Amino acid sequence: MSTVPIASDRVAAPALARRRSSAIGAQGKWPVLILFLPPALLLFTVFVFLPMGEAAWYSLYNWNGYSLPTQWVGLKNFELIFKNAAFRTALVNNGLIIVISICIQVPLAMWLATMVTKPIRGAVAFRLIFFLPYILADVAAGLIWRFVYDGQFGLVGSIWHAFGVDAPFWLADKNTAMAAVLGVIVWKYFGFHMMLFIAGLQAIDREVLEAAEIDGATGWQKFRLVTLPMLGSTVRLSLFFAVVGSLQLFDMIMPLTGAGPLNATQTMVTFLYTFGVMRMQVGFGSAVGVVLFVICVTLAFSYRRIFMRND
Amino acid sequence: MTEALATDDLAAPSHRAVESGRRVGAATQAYLYVSLLIVAAIVIVPLVTTALGGFKTLGDLRSNAFGLPHDWMWSNYWDILTGNRYWRQMGNSLIIALLTVALTIACGAMAAFTFAHVKFFGSRMLLNYFLLGLMFPAATAILPLFIRIRDLGLLDTYWGVVLPQVAFGLGMSILLFRNYFRGMPSELFDAAFVDGCGYLRFFWYVSLPLARPIVATVGILSFVGSWNSYILPLIMLNSESKYPWPLGIMVYKGEFMTDWQLILAFITLTILPTIIVFFLAQRHIIAGLTAGAVKS
Repeated sequence: MSTVPIASDRVAAPALARRRSSAIGAQGKWPVLILFLPPALLLFTVFVFLPMGEAAWYSLYNWNGYSLPTQWVGLKNFELIFKNAAFRTALVNNGLIIVISICIQVPLAMWLATMVTKPIRGAVAFRLIFFLPYILADVAAGLIWRFVYDGQFGLVGSIWHAFGVDAPFWLADKNTAMAAVLGVIVWKYFGFHMMLFIAGLQAIDREVLEAAEIDGATGWQKFRLVTLPMLGSTVRLSLFFAVVGSLQLFDMIMPLTGAGPLNATQTMVTFLYTFGVMRMQVGFGSAVGVVLFVICVTLAFSYRRIFMRND
Repeated sequence: MTEALATDDLAAPSHRAVESGRRVGAATQAYLYVSLLIVAAIVIVPLVTTALGGFKTLGDLRSNAFGLPHDWMWSNYWDILTGNRYWRQMGNSLIIALLTVALTIACGAMAAFTFAHVKFFGSRMLLNYFLLGLMFPAATAILPLFIRIRDLGLLDTYWGVVLPQVAFGLGMSILLFRNYFRGMPSELFDAAFVDGCGYLRFFWYVSLPLARPIVATVGILSFVGSWNSYILPLIMLNSESKYPWPLGIMVYKGEFMTDWQLILAFITLTILPTIIVFFLAQRHIIAGLTAGAVKS
């Protein structure tokens, strides 16, 4: 797979060769267009593009999903969303996930990546183990941690019982539930971010590090002054995935807390599900979808603008 | 920036490892192993205790969550394995995943081929149209999607889950395929056309066989995504006989509530295929999953 030119726009075939080939094959151009494009085009339009447009349309109505939307309410749904306390919790929680990712996940992943790229025995085994949680389904990981956190039968319960005290039920307490969820998120995803950093580290030219060594740099100085600046693009990539992941977080929350207790662990998508899908409030739910869409697209564009400029 | 990431040898011993060649001192080595072992324990302990918990009685679990079972309750696992439910859920997941993979590869490769090799008016615009799908998750449009599937009469069918999954996977699939096709030497193309080979035959006999690595990447990405997906089947499927395992496991949890030993056995059995396949094909899977992410 190492031969895949990733940004191949820049490695395009010589213009001359391409012009020649397209002239030769021109007669066969229409059959291929008519056969090859429509399946993808149809699927994408029907199940991605139109639903997104419809979400924008439905968001202006109060509608239960049957017959046709007739009760026009204008921007009322959006007003209701931002007045909703659970939605504000969801926004804060999504923010928290991003903060945790910056403060804990990225440093942890980078630290582990620097360790498993050292020439020690078992480095590959450690990489595999660390990546393991990432390939598990969110639902399974959520259930496993529901067990771990269980104060009666779980691991937390067991530890507390060993000291002869009653264990807390973190997931059932609205003050601790989100912290517990954040722990699971780091557990599940740090391995993926570590892989990004390993790839970033492997791309660093060894000669630069050797030069620093000859100049008498200590291990920490080498890391801070050479490795870290050269990992800049990986850090940004890692953060980008953390943000995108946070905006989609749903599967793991449902088995852990079901977005409770008292909406304490709502995220954008669980909010959409609890208030839009469960109650079949198509208008309201679509409006949440539109807000989510606007956030995603803004992020995608500003990320390109701000961060990719010098990469 | 993405060129810098050599994603294919992440699971291999790194020949270009940053500090390879230099021996690591004894003190450093001790520090490394202690740190790595602690983190590894945090990853492994929940998984191992889950698997062991499935062999325990509820009382045993309560008094001894970490240790080995006093009596090995093989029946917990055996009852699940001899029952219908587990196999039906695995089968459902497999059918949905295989359909998703096949359609994603077929539609993605064909569309990408036209973008890579055929010059036509609006090709650039159309490509960007598909890439739009990379920017937002399926959850944003989940309600209109539900209504569309309902109106098409696909609610509570495998297709109701498969088609949206394929549609949302197309952006990535087209991007990966197109980049790969364009990277192939243009001499191949010229030679084929001089010999009178048309686009269709070129696609089938040249492009596709040469694109096997990227077919594998797209296949792994869409398979893992579909195998683990929860929100789409949750909304599109009603009857339990069609539930894939992530939904089934939640129903199971709801039924057995605090019979944790049974739930743990069930979780273990459902994640077992994933773990086995991961260790068998770890290099491809890690490369596939990180490549998919990185190249977006």
